[in-house]
Amino acid sequence: MSVTTLSSPVLVQRQPNWLVRLFDYKPFLVVMCLAPAIGLLAVFLTYPLGLGIWLAFTDTTIGRKGEFIGLENFQYLLTDSLWWNAVFYSVVYTAIATFGKFALGFWLALLLNNHFPFKSLLRAIILLPWIVPTVLSALAFWWIYDPQFSIISYLLVDILHWRTSNIDFLGSPWPARFSLIAANIWRGIPFVAISLLAGLQTISPSLYEAAMLDGASAWQRFRYITFPMMLPILAIVMTFSIIFTFTDFQLVYAITRGGPGNSTHLLATLAFQRGIAGGELGEGAAIAVSMIPFLVFATLFSYFGLARRKWQQGEAND
Amino acid sequence: MAWDSGLRRLMMIYLPLGCFVLILLFPFYWMAITSFKPNAELMNYREHNPFWITSPTLAHIKHLLFDTAYPRWLWTTMLVAIGATTLSLIASTLAAYAIERLRFRGSPYVGLGIYMAYLVPPSILFIPLATVVVQFGLFDSPLALILVYPTFLVPFCTWLLIGYFKSIPYELEECALVDGATRLQILRRITLPLAVPGLISAGIFSFTLSWNEFIYALAFIQSGANKTVPVAILTELVTGDVYQWGALMAGSLLGSLPVAIFYSLFVDYYVSSLTGAVKE
Repeated sequence: MSVTTLSSPVLVQRQPNWLVRLFDYKPFLVVMCLAPAIGLLAVFLTYPLGLGIWLAFTDTTIGRKGEFIGLENFQYLLTDSLWWNAVFYSVVYTAIATFGKFALGFWLALLLNNHFPFKSLLRAIILLPWIVPTVLSALAFWWIYDPQFSIISYLLVDILHWRTSNIDFLGSPWPARFSLIAANIWRGIPFVAISLLAGLQTISPSLYEAAMLDGASAWQRFRYITFPMMLPILAIVMTFSIIFTFTDFQLVYAITRGGPGNSTHLLATLAFQRGIAGGELGEGAAIAVSMIPFLVFATLFSYFGLARRKWQQGEAND
Repeated sequence: MAWDSGLRRLMMIYLPLGCFVLILLFPFYWMAITSFKPNAELMNYREHNPFWITSPTLAHIKHLLFDTAYPRWLWTTMLVAIGATTLSLIASTLAAYAIERLRFRGSPYVGLGIYMAYLVPPSILFIPLATVVVQFGLFDSPLALILVYPTFLVPFCTWLLIGYFKSIPYELEECALVDGATRLQILRRITLPLAVPGLISAGIFSFTLSWNEFIYALAFIQSGANKTVPVAILTELVTGDVYQWGALMAGSLLGSLPVAIFYSLFVDYYVSSLTGAVKE
């Protein structure tokens, strides 16, 4: 006995109980390790995704099991001007907001890539809009867009005297649409900027040195080095951005709830209004499912669009 | 010459940077200043400079803490965020360990599969999930949120942790294996301690993402007492035609503070793992 205890752990290891031996059997261990994650995702993601697609083909309402009705929900949506309006605004919202976020975010990333004091502090501060819960910052925007007490109106009317009357930001369709887009851009800039900054830092300085020796201008260095080198990261970040902007919910729900006159409904807020608030689960699910083709298209477009250009420009840059 | 380049630097870098900071931070300043403004100043720009407070008041915060269920909402949100984070960390650490360190046939595909789950947006899932939640008898219960949030936390954390596990040399595990340690001992004594920075960043991300979540909390929770802060502010505090802007902004400010404090404590982890994740 004393011999066993004195010797190395290897000997103790020779007689483990069956449980320990089972956990040392690799296939079993792999299954046990993957079980919690896969289980959670299967029950709360894959199953609901399938169920959602099924619901879209039924006339389920809250409290009543639905019947299979084929494409009826979708046929109805095609005749529904509110659905068309939501499609239109979702596309406009995604296109303008993504463009704005990336243009400003890229610019901010380039600025942050310079050397100056308090750089890391500045980087930390800049991420704040992204950290703070969207609904809470959206409420701040709602207050900023107040028809009577908007601080922007005050600035334009009383301080700068550029306008004579207050702006009614959320009272009519187009101003409301652009107000929401502006809030979305504000929230998206930090993430884009920090992600692209990470990309900028992977570009070797020797490339710029070589270009400087060849007499390339600042614009040429951006055009022929920075931009092509950034395309792979741009493709990934943009894919994410498009998916989450297109399916956005919180900003619109917090600031306009789809109004005025349903003009600012995104597909997600319309799905909520019909599906949960209105109780028409089947129809709501159909609206949610109708986002999928747009998502697939946008993802393929941004991913392969940008990735292919990288390939065309060749690997010589690495 | 030097003066010239200094001016150029000012115009090209510091000026635009200053504008960015001003615009990105202004809504928070506005939120903060509104929280402490008495109503008389809030609605009168003629006699009071709107950018400043002449007689700050705690009335809005007092109203929030004592006349509404705000403390209860904060508590629920905290509970949900901690619960969902713990669950997600356990599930994703094990998954990332299996995918990256145990290396079985098809492990890259399992990794990709879990990662793809991140690309399924909550706005597509909330309607069917609501029916699932009802089926499980979890409707109106914060437990529903704790169980559902991992659907977007696990993919993200697993992805982050795979990166961290990758950076730990295989030799360490091989040596331990040769010395007779079991796989579970290796995970507990070697791999996990070395992956602590990764676990911290995954934890921070999970906590902030759960704190921010809105659509599931809006769809699955009905009773005022069980709501999370973002939902409760919007559905319980916004009442009538005259909005209580002071209380609303105070609620937003207080609701943002826990995340902001948490963030400031770990900001370096946060920024580096965000940038690291993108570089991958």
